[in-house]
Amino acid sequence: MTDASRPRVGLFVTCLVDAIRPEIGFAAIRLLEDAGCDVEVPTRQTCCGQPAYNSGDDASTAAVARQVIAAFEPFDHLIVPSGSCAGTIRHGYPTLLASDSEWGPRAARLAEKTHEIMSYLVDIRDYTPDGLRLEGSATYHDSCAGLRELGIHDQPRRLLAAVDSLEMRPLDGENVCCGFGGTFCVKYPAISNAIVDEKADAIERSGADMLLAGDLGCLMNMAGKLNRRGSKVRCFHTIEILAGGGDGPAIGEKP
Amino acid sequence: MTATTRPGFKARSDAALANPTLKTAIDRTTGTAERKRAAALARFAEYEAARSRGSAIKDHVIANLDHYLEMFERNATASGAKVHWAATESEACDIVIRLCREAGAKRVTRSKSMLGEEIGLPDALGSAGIERVETDLAEHIIQLAGEHPSHIIWPAMHRTREQVAELFNADHKPPPADDEAASMVQSARHVLREKFLSADVGISGANFLIADTGATCTVTNEGNAELTTTPPRVHIVTAGIEKLVPSTSHAMALLRLLVRSATGGELTQYTTFHCGPKRPGDADGPEKMHIVLVDNGRSEMIANEFRDMLRCIRCGACMNHCVVYRQIGGHAYGGTYPGPMGAVLTPVLDGLAQSRDLPFACTMNGRCAEVCPVEIPLPTLLRAWRGRSWRAGLEGATMRAGLGAWAGLARRPGLYRMASGIGVRALRLLGRSGWIGSLPFAGGWTRHRDLPGPTGGTFMERYKAERGKRPEDRR
Repeated sequence: MTDASRPRVGLFVTCLVDAIRPEIGFAAIRLLEDAGCDVEVPTRQTCCGQPAYNSGDDASTAAVARQVIAAFEPFDHLIVPSGSCAGTIRHGYPTLLASDSEWGPRAARLAEKTHEIMSYLVDIRDYTPDGLRLEGSATYHDSCAGLRELGIHDQPRRLLAAVDSLEMRPLDGENVCCGFGGTFCVKYPAISNAIVDEKADAIERSGADMLLAGDLGCLMNMAGKLNRRGSKVRCFHTIEILAGGGDGPAIGEKP
Repeated sequence: MTATTRPGFKARSDAALANPTLKTAIDRTTGTAERKRAAALARFAEYEAARSRGSAIKDHVIANLDHYLEMFERNATASGAKVHWAATESEACDIVIRLCREAGAKRVTRSKSMLGEEIGLPDALGSAGIERVETDLAEHIIQLAGEHPSHIIWPAMHRTREQVAELFNADHKPPPADDEAASMVQSARHVLREKFLSADVGISGANFLIADTGATCTVTNEGNAELTTTPPRVHIVTAGIEKLVPSTSHAMALLRLLVRSATGGELTQYTTFHCGPKRPGDADGPEKMHIVLVDNGRSEMIANEFRDMLRCIRCGACMNHCVVYRQIGGHAYGGTYPGPMGAVLTPVLDGLAQSRDLPFACTMNGRCAEVCPVEIPLPTLLRAWRGRSWRAGLEGATMRAGLGAWAGLARRPGLYRMASGIGVRALRLLGRSGWIGSLPFAGGWTRHRDLPGPTGGTFMERYKAERGKRPEDRR
């Protein structure tokens, strides 16, 4: 650990944020710097390995895991703007590499200092955003991996409570999966569609202008469904709002 | 159980999704179950402690299974029952059929048992020419409809009240007075009463096998297990070996979890301990009691990565809280057991090649493990099947090739940067309006939803540009 009051953190961007919505990565950097961190983005990162992990290809997952471990172990913390990628690094890697005498302990050490960004800001940095104001209403969906693998529930709500004028509305079934499931949504599209259709019903029933969540995969699924249905609900990653980006284009809106 | 994996999981789930009454029926039952369970647990302050204790009891029994099986056999034998051992489902059915024939049975009553379904007992009795009468109300419905259970607690939950009325009107003589639930229950009671009293053999399952007394325990809400096991001359129990518990108090500890998790009740209407046949001086009871202990793949699970699954007490909470089950119902799974627990068990029972869709037809959201009263890590077990499927080469060639290409790039960050840059530029051409409505090779996504197009270059490209120097320099 370097200076504990100013940790050096490595940002794991995630493959989806890298390709589809880099704004989330820049929001993460802004928030982490505002919370007193020195942020770096190691270039030897690609993806956390979930496509292989969820397909049962443990050998490929382990190869990607070793690469992530090597790239991020010099940092005080590894921060991820996604509960599912953070969950894979925290729980998946140590399990997958448990029998490897060299990489097992390294995976366990990295897991301990890996955090999803909203929980890191609240639980570790005790951070509250300052001077934020956004007119309108929003509802929040608890993404499953963040909620159940990492216990993220109160942190995003606490952070969002600091945004002036933003009315938070309850979402029926806020803890029910949206039907994304990574490879699941393209392997079983009809089932996934039925699930996300029910989710979209609940989002529209909330009457909120915006849908917020902490995982881009889930957000792309819900936003894509809402748009196909002709809904006007705008979707953002929660940290985009917290970094002051609520006035910009929402997910899928023309930049 | 066999012959249920046709015509394939996708076709079965498509058919289920296209059935509007099925969704209504599923939502009614699972929605009520979810609410009642939550209310029951809210009143059960020591739930987490009870859950840890329940898991520990089951783990202890599994770790000492030989010891408790021998203890159970010794005590059951001392009570006058006869214990039989069946390694496979066909052995189990053969034993039951032989016992029925020895008893000269023409008619047998059966109280609901998923183990009986697992070993294919209903079909085996039919093939042996023995009349089988299902006495659980929902199983009675299933029998009239010629179906298999779609839920382990509510076997007929896929049928609406109106559909049940049709079945009863066609079968019951005289038919129910009207289509109200009370009239239909009354009618079933009338039809079944005569059969309860005239059966030669009664067959039940067991929720618990009590090692230190040799008793078997059944829990029901209808009292049909008591009427199935008491009047006939012979009572046969079929039970999986994982149902063992050391003592009655251990059964009670698990019962507190089972009933709350299943129905939201604190206790079932009937909790009965069957200990041996009728003794001198008993007012009633069977002359003979047989207990068929079934392995059927269970002892193999003790030694492999699915061991935790042996803790399962068959409460059904995992399926009630499963987003996939709640869309497609139980029949689409194609095995005896549906939902998350079924997706783990069916490959054990029917083989992975027959059922390899099941571990994949899961979003890994973890809610099943969260509600499991004996802490079974269901997503971890499903992931273990995915690993086995991959290693056995059961994954299709397209998927293997696609993942192989992805893995090759993911392990080469420089190459990955280049490929993702090209991919993002291509997607931006398609998504000029922001959204992409149709994308070749991604029909699974765009058939049902739009894809948000990339907002610009990749993060890595933009980060490099914004920082005004190559990010490599920063390492």
